[in-house]
Amino acid sequence: MIEFVNFHLIPGIVLGSIYALGAIGITLTFGILRFANFAHGETMTFGVYVTLTLIWVTGLHPLVLLPLAMVVTSAVALSMDRVFYKPLRASPTIILVMASFGLMLMLRSVTQFSWGVQLQSFQPGIQRPYVLFDALRISPKHIVIVIAAIILMLAVHYLLTRTKIGKAMRAMADSPELARLTGIETERVIKATWIVGASLAAAAGVFLAIDTHVETMMGFKILLPLFAAAILGGVGSPYGAMLGGLVIGIVEEISTYPWIGDAPLVSPGYKAGVAFALMVVMLIWRPSGLLRGRVF
Amino acid sequence: MDQLYGISLYVISLLTFGGIYAVMALGLNVQWGFTGMFNAGIAGFFAVGAYTSAILTTAASERHIGGLDLPIILGFIAAMITAGIIAYGVAKICIRLRSDYLAIATLGIAEILRLMFKNETWATNGPRGVSLIPKPFETLPEPWNHIAFMALVLLIVFGLYVLLERARKAPWGRVMAASRENEAATRAAGKDVDRLRIEAFVLGSMFMGLGGALTAHYLKFIDPNAADPLTATFLIWVMLIVGGSANNKGAIVGAILIWTIWSATELLTSRLPDELAIRTAYVRVFLIGLLLQIVLQRFPNGILPEQREKALRAEREPQSQP
Repeated sequence: MIEFVNFHLIPGIVLGSIYALGAIGITLTFGILRFANFAHGETMTFGVYVTLTLIWVTGLHPLVLLPLAMVVTSAVALSMDRVFYKPLRASPTIILVMASFGLMLMLRSVTQFSWGVQLQSFQPGIQRPYVLFDALRISPKHIVIVIAAIILMLAVHYLLTRTKIGKAMRAMADSPELARLTGIETERVIKATWIVGASLAAAAGVFLAIDTHVETMMGFKILLPLFAAAILGGVGSPYGAMLGGLVIGIVEEISTYPWIGDAPLVSPGYKAGVAFALMVVMLIWRPSGLLRGRVF
Repeated sequence: MDQLYGISLYVISLLTFGGIYAVMALGLNVQWGFTGMFNAGIAGFFAVGAYTSAILTTAASERHIGGLDLPIILGFIAAMITAGIIAYGVAKICIRLRSDYLAIATLGIAEILRLMFKNETWATNGPRGVSLIPKPFETLPEPWNHIAFMALVLLIVFGLYVLLERARKAPWGRVMAASRENEAATRAAGKDVDRLRIEAFVLGSMFMGLGGALTAHYLKFIDPNAADPLTATFLIWVMLIVGGSANNKGAIVGAILIWTIWSATELLTSRLPDELAIRTAYVRVFLIGLLLQIVLQRFPNGILPEQREKALRAEREPQSQP
């Protein structure tokens, strides 16, 4: 039982917090800009490599450098919007999806070209986990990740409920026409959406890199779970994305627990398949998601 | 003379691969051009076709299942059927939802399939792949085997082209275009839009399966990374968009053109020193991506824009009635 908590439940919660942050960006772009952003995973990877470079230069802890990396990643997201998405605002949604698909590969090739494809890590060496009650093992980096993720999620909550721009974002996600009629500047809201999405993507990527390692495919590898999380929680609903991310992360990790017999229930090679299966079930059973998002 | 011979062999291989891509681009044209469905998992259907045909037609081997030594033509047919069945499952789930969901689901299915081909070592020999796949005409003497294979591919392209042109002008294709332009009106006219879309999606995916089978037999080898999922999927998208979506000729022209650019740049970069050559490979992907963005923004209709039958007829017969 304690093995279940140590090796499946706790890693699941950590992974879930990372998914939650990443999925908020996906769901906001889906709700406000109205397209599935395939480049989100690569935005995340880019943020990680920016952080890695900053670590090389300054030698500081990744979490200290994260705010700066968030700013750089947001700037990149904003310029991508200006150059590639803005001219297509009036086009059908699917053209935007395609543009994002193209950007995913472009951004990835920039990352691969600039930093190379070899595995890297933020901090070499293995951290010794804390042992509580003689059996419960928690790694310090896991505690840091979960706390930082909770702080960021609270910040998103504050932004969406207490600030003018956050309320405008929610209004626009509900109905772009009505939002425009009430005098909301849609371009400003779109900019804010990119900033929030890219910042959280950078954060999620950095947390993932702290937990595992740095590589150029890390963002793409979690793109599918992020989509699954957004759909599970209800597309367009940031709180749904948080819930969906947590659920997907935990289910992915506990699916490899030997529930029946001694072998893992799902072979670790198929972890990505678990998120996909959950997504398919959701699409059939309740496309609006757990928290009643929209069905586009 | 030797040089000329080498160049002709290169052109033959360009046309062969370009033709295989044209088969898949035509398949994508049915899905995207005619019907407006975004398939982000072309590589998945490609791999299914490749593995199905490979497993059925190779001689018995301990490394993978199958090894039935069936005739290659049966392998092609089986490849199309398997790809079609998987496409049916995907389409059945996603067809009622907006096209983004189909894109996500197809991307997912392609990833899962790649994982399966990689992890199920007993069936597919895992990352080491399936080798010794028979190649049609390989018993012919040296240049003729390549020429015969090219002819086979081009014949398939031509056959599919004629088929799709007929389909496009038939009621089936016209309803498809109508449902893409105005779904509500098409439904109101009593057309079963969902069913037609599923048909189009399955048909297009079958072409992609055939493309995979052709590649497997051409290269005589297939492994989970034979087609880097995204590059394969992405290249075919660029081919169709540049050539002109909803135009079958455009799909073929785009496929040959983009494949020529793609492999010619590979020829250039392979002359660079190793370290640089690896890095410039990423520049190629970037530039192809940029080309897509430029075409999307500036020339959304591609080189050969869609031809609309009705519009043509209206031009030919100027309205006589007041």
